[in-house]
Amino acid sequence: MSTLAVNRRSFLVASLASGAALTFEARLAFAATGKAEPAMLGAFITIAPDNTVTILAKNPEIGQGVKTMLPMLIAEELDVAWSQVKIQQADENQDKYGPQFAGGSMTTPLNWLPARQAGAGARAMLVAAAAQQWGVPATSLTTGEGMVKHAASGRSITYAALAPVAAKIAAPDLEKVPLKSPKDFRIVGKAMKGVDTPAIVRGEPLFGIDAHPEGMLYAAMVKCPVISGTLKSFDDSAVRKEKGVLAVVAITDGEIPAGKHNAVAVIGDSWWRVHKAREKLAVEWETAGFDGFSTEGYTAQAKALLGAAPTADLFKAGNADAALAKAAKVVTADYAYPFLAHATLEPQNCTALWHADGKLEFWAPTQDPGTARGDIAKVLGIAPASMTIHMTRIGGGFGRRLMSDFMVLTACVAKAVPGRPVKLLFDRTDDMRNDYYRPAGWHRMTAGIDAGGALVALKDHFVTFGAGGKPVRAAEMRATEFPGPVLPDVHFGMSFIPTNLTTGWLRAPTSNAVSFVFQGFLDEVAEAAGTDLPELMRRTLGAQRQLPPEPDDTPFDTGRARGVIDAVCKFAGWTGKRSATPGKGRGFGFYFSHRGYFAEVVDLTITDGSTITIDKVWVAGDIGSQVINPLNAEHQMQGAVIDGIAQALVWQPIEQKAGAVTQENFGDFPLIRINQTPGEVAITWVVTDNPPTGLGEPTLPPVIPAIANAIRDATGKRLRNLPMSLA
Amino acid sequence: MAISLTVNRKPRTVDVEPDKPLLWVLREDLGMPGTKFGCGAGLCGACTVILNGEAVRSCQTPLADAAGKQIVTIEGVAALPVGAKVVEAWTALDVPQCGYCQAGQIMSATALLTATPKPSADEVTAGMAGNICRCATYLRIQKAIAEASKAIAGAAA
Repeated sequence: MSTLAVNRRSFLVASLASGAALTFEARLAFAATGKAEPAMLGAFITIAPDNTVTILAKNPEIGQGVKTMLPMLIAEELDVAWSQVKIQQADENQDKYGPQFAGGSMTTPLNWLPARQAGAGARAMLVAAAAQQWGVPATSLTTGEGMVKHAASGRSITYAALAPVAAKIAAPDLEKVPLKSPKDFRIVGKAMKGVDTPAIVRGEPLFGIDAHPEGMLYAAMVKCPVISGTLKSFDDSAVRKEKGVLAVVAITDGEIPAGKHNAVAVIGDSWWRVHKAREKLAVEWETAGFDGFSTEGYTAQAKALLGAAPTADLFKAGNADAALAKAAKVVTADYAYPFLAHATLEPQNCTALWHADGKLEFWAPTQDPGTARGDIAKVLGIAPASMTIHMTRIGGGFGRRLMSDFMVLTACVAKAVPGRPVKLLFDRTDDMRNDYYRPAGWHRMTAGIDAGGALVALKDHFVTFGAGGKPVRAAEMRATEFPGPVLPDVHFGMSFIPTNLTTGWLRAPTSNAVSFVFQGFLDEVAEAAGTDLPELMRRTLGAQRQLPPEPDDTPFDTGRARGVIDAVCKFAGWTGKRSATPGKGRGFGFYFSHRGYFAEVVDLTITDGSTITIDKVWVAGDIGSQVINPLNAEHQMQGAVIDGIAQALVWQPIEQKAGAVTQENFGDFPLIRINQTPGEVAITWVVTDNPPTGLGEPTLPPVIPAIANAIRDATGKRLRNLPMSLA
Repeated sequence: MAISLTVNRKPRTVDVEPDKPLLWVLREDLGMPGTKFGCGAGLCGACTVILNGEAVRSCQTPLADAAGKQIVTIEGVAALPVGAKVVEAWTALDVPQCGYCQAGQIMSATALLTATPKPSADEVTAGMAGNICRCATYLRIQKAIAEASKAIAGAAA
């Protein structure tokens, strides 16, 4: 399991700010296992004279709840009442604050210990200050609700009143500062509402799209319908005559981050006006070399490639072909899944101001401001340090806003109107057609079962998108995909199809697709072996042990996997028997991703032979020793399960014709609605003695195969393509 | 030509193109960005406002059609007795995740509970099916509507 090794560069500085506020700047160096470079966590705490405590929230808030969760960790160890705490969003400044990104469900594992140490260090200094002031041993003092108390004399003092003394106390060694025992937690583990909820329900301007610096202009753009196509020529004489239009600018700078994003932007005094005016633009694009890509073409290539040998090896053990030749039973099946868009409800947008001195200021809904800073510097040839990035609340991330294209485009637009802030906003079709798509994929699965019903050999020929003999971004799969590492004879091979589409990470990337393939196929193997999937998993997992991870990943603990499988079977009353009621089906799925272990059972009903209704989803999850904010955790898990249901049943493939994506809005790329929501998503926790990890992503993958397996149970039909349909 | 309308009980006059959608008039001309742009096609419900008592998609409502009408937006919904109960329930249950769609959800829920104070499960589904939540907070939305419905009944008793 990953541990966060804190090294000797940690320090804590207390100082008196103006107005007699006490500030703590805690800097903790730490390195996540597998990462070469140590990173710093800066935790900033300010105690005002009225004893309110302001804590900076350093990471992007995309709805995953970190703006509430990270300050909870600090407040817990600082030992203040949650009602005393005010939370402020930090700007991006990774030299000061350490890693600031929302991705990979990494915020909890990266910050669990350092954030607590920062709070505990500040508390220790306040206790030492009180001990000095009262001339009593620090060990005779207790804290609570922002006060230091001395039981023997009945004295108590607020943290704020200790500020002048505390600012002069030597900082403790943060690696040795005692942390609370979980049984003493008063904030961690309690249901805490989202810090921004009151502002959200009042409609306050929180999001990127709401940014409105003084004098702001608006921009809409026309992009090449074929991704990677370039601008040949354009005629803006008509558009310049339109009401409100102030400038038209061609964007042909560089590659953002890989893939050209040529565009023509129309800038003016109203987005509605410039968006309407852009219809008057006459643009010619160069699309040669990119306009041959199509969904039909990919499907034909995949079919041909599946019939041939893989062109690259991903993982090989023993001799899979020989083992299959002597297996008592061989099961084979082809699985496939489509390209998907992220479809964040807040379309991509960003606001930027190119200052007179050449400095750039952003108001950005970004999941990864640090990468954006680097990309912008590269494309525009400016110094990274010349940028200020204010992070706004984000109307959905799901991985889309890990990419910086929308910020680079905005920077190019801002450069054209120096001195005026400008907001570039994609319309829904721009957003749908200029995504970094979850790549489609095809898998030919083959398994060998021995006479005793044990899975003994496995082959996967994975046809994916690639260039130069390697998968493109987010088109890879793990060489350690279970059950590969525990079987004697395995071959995971790959073949590649080229594409012009930009690809990227969609919530639980790779796992959201590979879980469907592997757990769907293993359900077929279980059936052939005369058992059910939970039992086949138990047999295949074997004794508790840690399977070695890929670089930068965490080991797979077979005992924790077994723990959630057993828990969900008990929770749901799994019997392994086929459903006795016509039209009813029950299916199981397990998946390990993003350090979390999840097993899920789906109950569904088929009506009229083809309408699939999810009745209930049962979830058992193991994310370690502590659920930090159970109110948000439950919500994230329910959302992830419903998101998985959407991918399984509702979302339609992103398709391409002549190089261009054809989907344009929620009519042809429907999102899940309230009428398609399951009646219940029931959750149980398996608490284990492991460092707490995130859950925005790992809850999602198992529900997709569980649906496929439940449909098989209800109808006898095996659905091996996403989205699943009985029609 | 200047067009007058009432927004959250305040008379407002705007002098922009009459075909400009109410959504953009609110966001750009009236400085009220609480109402959100999601799809521009009436498919997602993020831009829902209440116009003369009915939930409408403001991205599909030209300013001319709002002339002389009473508009309620998320910024003013809590001033309505039903809206106040909806906002309270939304807060108590911590419904938002990213929060982007919630203005529209709250407006649709307020219109639903104003017309049907005790909606059946099917009526809730029908009343809210036009509002997409990409984070899928639907289970809490259902609960919050049930809570608000109870609170409205309690206030009326």
